[in-house]
Amino acid sequence: MPANRFNGHCDYGIGIGLRVPHYSHILSKKPVVDWFEIISENFMVEGGRPLELLDRILEQYRVVQHGVSMYFGSADKPDRTHLRRLRDLARRTKTPWLSDHLCWGSVDGTYTHDLLPMPYTFAAARRTAEKIRQVRDFVEVPICVENVSSYAEFHASEMTEWEFLSEVVELADCGILLDVNNIYVSSKNHSFDPYEYLDNIPHGRVGQMHVAGHTKFEKYILDTHDHPVLDPVWKLYAHATRLCGVSATLLEWDDRIPSFDEVHNEALKANEFIDGAKKAAV
Amino acid sequence: MMAAAVVRPLDANDNLQSRWIDGRPMGDVAAEFIKPNDRLTSFERLELYNRMYWYRLLDAIRDDCPGLLAALGEAAFGRLAQAYLAKRPSRSFTLRNLCSRLEAFIREHPRFTAPRTALAAEIARFEWAQTVAFDGESRPVVSAASLARTPPARLRLGLQPYVTLLALRYPVDAYVTSVKRRDAMRSEASNTPDSNIVHRHAARRSRLPRPLRTFLAVHRLDNRLYYKRLEPEAFRILGALALGATLARAVAAGGRAATPAKVKGWFTTWMALGWFCAAGNKRRARAS
Repeated sequence: MPANRFNGHCDYGIGIGLRVPHYSHILSKKPVVDWFEIISENFMVEGGRPLELLDRILEQYRVVQHGVSMYFGSADKPDRTHLRRLRDLARRTKTPWLSDHLCWGSVDGTYTHDLLPMPYTFAAARRTAEKIRQVRDFVEVPICVENVSSYAEFHASEMTEWEFLSEVVELADCGILLDVNNIYVSSKNHSFDPYEYLDNIPHGRVGQMHVAGHTKFEKYILDTHDHPVLDPVWKLYAHATRLCGVSATLLEWDDRIPSFDEVHNEALKANEFIDGAKKAAV
Repeated sequence: MMAAAVVRPLDANDNLQSRWIDGRPMGDVAAEFIKPNDRLTSFERLELYNRMYWYRLLDAIRDDCPGLLAALGEAAFGRLAQAYLAKRPSRSFTLRNLCSRLEAFIREHPRFTAPRTALAAEIARFEWAQTVAFDGESRPVVSAASLARTPPARLRLGLQPYVTLLALRYPVDAYVTSVKRRDAMRSEASNTPDSNIVHRHAARRSRLPRPLRTFLAVHRLDNRLYYKRLEPEAFRILGALALGATLARAVAAGGRAATPAKVKGWFTTWMALGWFCAAGNKRRARAS
């Protein structure tokens, strides 16, 4: 689904995250990049250098907003002030779609600043979907929700993660930001088949994909975003692309960030798998 | 339950505490809501999130407070940061605001910083002022022409929200600058051929400042951070304006030492820096 109603009917290609160590390279060299993903919260400020930098980027590039604090799964109601800030930023960036995570992370206004996994219950799905609808209606931009990587599962869960994701996006009538690396990480931590996950989500709702690196430990895998993408994740990405079509794809590299060229070249590896998926489709 | 467990302080060995608040074994409590798997117990899975929470937030405070870290040292800073986060967990969607209440916490709980509580509080205040100056709100600048239209007895001016006025007992601006310079040299050292020399120099601890009454404006210009030292009279004038005084009263607050020539020079500079906006909410200049 290269362009659909969940990504504002935009046929975006391969992008990378806009990160501080690359600012001066991007502004001085103006490299060719299809689009940048920004962390919304980094620019939900009142003024100063962040907004100046953003405006300079917007003069040259297409930008998509990705959030880390909406906490669709938290019981707290969306904060109107927060939503207004988000809407103002969306109008500034003209982001075709907004994404945030299918998780929780705040309780009664206290924030953990983490993306905590949810109990996969029908009640949680209904509540989460309602919150997604409220946010979309306020901000007036299509929303894609991202599956998170996780290290814990709950006794309370009534379904699998992919069933929960499907339930939420169908109830909310929103898109999916399919993080292929997160599926892989969680599949290892929770011993499920990542291909079964991919096969059983509503492919037509995928508006964007994420790939990233992770770190293996003896008993679990952490979603560290500090490495190149590993082969099993690229294989999953290829499978996802065959199922969902060629989607806007973004490489996340957030720690031990190498040069701009290294990050961009790593992201462009996705082209190999996109080409493969296209040939397979012919 | 999960949220309370995630934000609960780690034990002395950076592990999830072995007992829950009510005294029950934490393993039993975790097992009530988290499934174990074939490699990790419920306790261990919860511990991952507990550690990640603390490591993430403690890292964020370190990044925002290099001066405070240098002044207190690793151990005392760690105790302060952990106590602060335990008592004042984040109430903001962004880590940017994490240290907004740190100065008040230091003053309310002096045992974490004794015998340097006054200095520590001033450094925390100064470092928070830098955050405000970095990305605080900027309002339309009042033009000289509009100033000329209103008589001083009626004219009120606001101070840009990103400008913080600080009356300090210590010259913390010079201290924090020296700490940052030292930290920059440390990070450069690994790329320097004669790194031993640089390391020895860089490893020297920045000397703690001696008391020196200091009046500062922390602000930005062309989106770069600056600290501007102010004469006491100039500070009083700006403070009075920030509190909502008319221009005439604010200038009078400067006292006799604020001669007409000095006042004219100060206002010329402040106007050039874009510090004045339309009067709005009253703000308090911060003094120790």
